[in-house]
Amino acid sequence: MGFIVSFLAFLYDFVVGDDWTVAVGVVAALIIGAALTRTSIPTWWWMPVIVALILTFSLMRATRSAR
Amino acid sequence: MSDIFLIAASFLASSVEMVEALTIVLAMGITRGWRSPLVGVVAALVSLAVVVAVLGPALTLIPIGALRVVVGTLLLVFGLQWLRKAILRASGYKALHNEALIYEKELHEASSAASAVRAGLDWYGFTVSYKGVFLEGLEVVFIVLTFGSTSGNIPLAALGAAAAILIVGAAGIAVRQPLAQVPENTMKFAVGLMLTTFGVFWSGEGIGVQWPAADGAILGILAFLIVWSLGLVTVLQRQRERQLVGVGG
Repeated sequence: MGFIVSFLAFLYDFVVGDDWTVAVGVVAALIIGAALTRTSIPTWWWMPVIVALILTFSLMRATRSAR
Repeated sequence: MSDIFLIAASFLASSVEMVEALTIVLAMGITRGWRSPLVGVVAALVSLAVVVAVLGPALTLIPIGALRVVVGTLLLVFGLQWLRKAILRASGYKALHNEALIYEKELHEASSAASAVRAGLDWYGFTVSYKGVFLEGLEVVFIVLTFGSTSGNIPLAALGAAAAILIVGAAGIAVRQPLAQVPENTMKFAVGLMLTTFGVFWSGEGIGVQWPAADGAILGILAFLIVWSLGLVTVLQRQRERQLVGVGG
């Protein structure tokens, strides 16, 4: 049991890392992006723009807590 | 074009991880003798080979569309982590990764750790080397497998990683000290940008995005992310300076 918990903790740290909002933001961006591809709106711009915004948001959180 | 990125990304990522693993192994070897740390390195490499042998073929069984969504998402999350840390370091919010300092700390801990012999090995030297090489190597394996499987060319991604391991390993053996001169933070910045770029491209393809210029879009995404990230570094550096002036005054 202890091994499973520590393995899951390692996996979480390995993939998600310091800021969980990045992982949640990426998944949400993909869900919205997938919905957009079903419309007639061009969608190529969506992922680069939203990823840049996710990065900015995460950095704002990190630097705010560093003050 | 994407082949060059593939090799470059896996080479850079592997070099960074190899430099970090080398620092740990060198500290163990110099303070506790070479036998146990080297056995730890071999054991870690065997463990990593098992991970590759299990995960590699499994990844090739997943349909390419689903693979691109899953791998693209993982690369995006992983790449953004690297990029986030690199920007925080470049802007002064996080201390720069200092191999010389880490080496000194490892040396101090290794020389003061108690000696326990198990199975004929100095257990401390073995386990610290094993953990260091396995954990740093796991990131290399993750990058090589995800990059390689999604682009349909695992051998090319592995080539980049193997070149990095050989070059950094040879340099480490030659100088017998941590490679503190390697511009590790700049390399991490570059790797973060590449992982994020490929993550955006592949996850986008996976959800049905039609990229303008097909593979050529990778260059456009990379250029956009470089400009955005450097802009963030500039803004955060100024913010940091204002905060320090505020604290000082």
